[in-house]
Amino acid sequence: MVKIPRQKMREQDPSERIHNFSEVALGFTKEMAEIEAQRCLQCGDPKCVNGCPVNIDIPNFIRLIKEGNLLEAIRSIKDYNILPAICGRVCPQEIQCEEACILSKRWEPVAIGSLERYVADWERRNQLKECPDCEAPNNIKVAVIGSGPAGLTCAADLARFGFDVTIFEAFHKGGGVLAYGIPEFRLPKEIVNDEIETLKMLGVKIKYNMIIGKILNIEDLKEMGFKAFFIGVGAGLPSMRKIPGMNLNGVLTANEFLTRTNLMKAYKFPEYDTPIKIGKIITVIGGGNVALDSARVALRLGAEKVIIVYRRTEVEMPARKEEYHHAVEEGIEFQFLANPTKFLGDDKGNVNRMEVIKMKLGEPDASGRPRPIPIENSEYIINCDTVIIAIGTNANPVLTKSIPDLKLTKWGYIEVDEMGKTNLESVFAGGDIVTGSATVISAMGAGRRAAKSINQYLRSKYL
Amino acid sequence: MPYKILKKNQLGDSGTLFEMDLHTPLIAKKAYAGNFIIIRINEEGERIPLTIADYDRENGVITIVFQVVGKSTLLLSHQNIGDELLDIAGPLGNRIHIEKFEDPIVIIGGGVGIAPCYPQAKELKQAGNRIISILGARTKNLIFWRDKMASVSEELIICTNDGSEGIEGFVTKPLRELISKQKISLVIAIGPMIMMKNVAELTSGNEGLPRVKTFVSLNTIMIDGTGMCGGCRFPSKDGEIHFACVEGPDIDGHIVDFNILLNREKRFAEFEKQSYDLYKKKCKKFDTQ
Repeated sequence: MVKIPRQKMREQDPSERIHNFSEVALGFTKEMAEIEAQRCLQCGDPKCVNGCPVNIDIPNFIRLIKEGNLLEAIRSIKDYNILPAICGRVCPQEIQCEEACILSKRWEPVAIGSLERYVADWERRNQLKECPDCEAPNNIKVAVIGSGPAGLTCAADLARFGFDVTIFEAFHKGGGVLAYGIPEFRLPKEIVNDEIETLKMLGVKIKYNMIIGKILNIEDLKEMGFKAFFIGVGAGLPSMRKIPGMNLNGVLTANEFLTRTNLMKAYKFPEYDTPIKIGKIITVIGGGNVALDSARVALRLGAEKVIIVYRRTEVEMPARKEEYHHAVEEGIEFQFLANPTKFLGDDKGNVNRMEVIKMKLGEPDASGRPRPIPIENSEYIINCDTVIIAIGTNANPVLTKSIPDLKLTKWGYIEVDEMGKTNLESVFAGGDIVTGSATVISAMGAGRRAAKSINQYLRSKYL
Repeated sequence: MPYKILKKNQLGDSGTLFEMDLHTPLIAKKAYAGNFIIIRINEEGERIPLTIADYDRENGVITIVFQVVGKSTLLLSHQNIGDELLDIAGPLGNRIHIEKFEDPIVIIGGGVGIAPCYPQAKELKQAGNRIISILGARTKNLIFWRDKMASVSEELIICTNDGSEGIEGFVTKPLRELISKQKISLVIAIGPMIMMKNVAELTSGNEGLPRVKTFVSLNTIMIDGTGMCGGCRFPSKDGEIHFACVEGPDIDGHIVDFNILLNREKRFAEFEKQSYDLYKKKCKKFDTQ
């Protein structure tokens, strides 16, 4: 079995896909999925399950694929993960389940992510979506604030525990970062909407344009009968280093760039009213998924050249490996070990060049990665029309400011215990507003743990 | 949730200024001077930030005032009583700081910026302050809410650039006179960026006049309005980066680096024009105006 090579998803050809926003990876065919499923050794003590932040019973669903029982396979996944079509696409499997796969020691790991995606897509394509099993309704109201991955997962689990769940979303569309952050070619919005429909099948209500902390606060929600609260409002304010020239036109945050394109569909301007300006040469600062997404969006918007400037090397890049390979295939240029020192502009205040300094790697820093150290007098100039800053985010204060007693870290993130409990009774939190910028799946894991915790709390108090 | 337009009026006779009452009970309940909303007219529409110009908690109504300057505002002006807007989110931003001051407060509204001055004047007057209002515009048909502003002001000064009403000149003309002859505790300026810049310079203490604390309302380009995208950012003179949506919209005018902000607000000008021209072409209704 180990002699069977790992199957690789079909993909749109790079020369074509850089001109459209359609999905890059096209998924497994039935044959590929069956072959890949055979590669799983069905370990008695499966390491992959521990590698998964939500502990999907991976050998079980793969066995079901092998047996041709896709319906049971999707049911098995959904016992652990309500959003498989999303996770199959955006999880960093190479550092989670697939890294733990026993095959990866000598050969290539089972393509767990691609198989998960295959089963979820099969279900959606055949419109076989069914309402997951739920406990009898107990009519206890729970408010979930934010409809990103943490909120969606928490809401789904709570609904299955029998609670009456309402999600309050600040934007006019659901999904949080899945809607405004991750581009269409990596995660089609149709899939996000479809996963949200699953929640509606569970009886979850979603209220849009509801900025909790502004239109209603926790006290108002208590008066409306809500007994517990999950805060999953995500990260906020883009992090911006104080670099000379940061305020030139053409220097923008990845959040603005991606929100304009993904949520507001600026790539369809003027059919859609929200514009985006890019020019010919685009530089993106950062090495995470957001940086790669921005770079690849810029390419699709018609950029002639896109350069990612990252202060460490490709080894330390926090981005998902598959996306890095996709970016390389698409012709994105990488300048590693380089860091911007200033942005320079023309007489109209538009950026047209940036100065970067070469870096070398030193001893590991707090993040465990080697610390980048500037090499003196190594500055050089890169010409560019647009600079996209993708170096992370800080905590968003809008909601937390409205709950004065809520305990925050010194950076403004919410403090919780390992089960997502805050210092306030009935208030729970998870996702980026707790951890700072992290991954979709880790937010989902936090949403799931908090749902368990909320279930315990409400049962002991009201049932 | 339907967001119905309950009332729509043209203000003045320029054909470009409108006031609209929107049915949004939850927002009306929480709205205060300084807050804004973000609306989306239709599926293809932009998220448009608009300062709340008035609120009626009992009837669940907020009032917005806008001037047609581009496609989105033109499209908004084509919505009628009974129509529904697709989305309204709010109340965003911070309520203005309310305090009883010893000396009078000067509130300056320029053009469409007159509208958000009204709730500020109203709330500050309710707190026991004496309000002197200055309303300015290019010409008299762009001045509106004279009576409304008079009802919350001890003194109402009007000025127009062309002298068609009141004092001929910019709002800084009467302001200079006021602060040179009497003690003023606070100046609030809402209007075009350049007007706010000039007011803030005049009150900075560097013009041979006493320094007066000055607030300006930064209605910058925004998308989410909740501190996520960073589109609304502006630098202060010390180079720090601020976010108008979560720190403002009312900001200490003396910290703002207006020169950079003035340029930032032009960054989509060519697209705004393209969008406007395309829509005008499609829109026969507008040709007659």
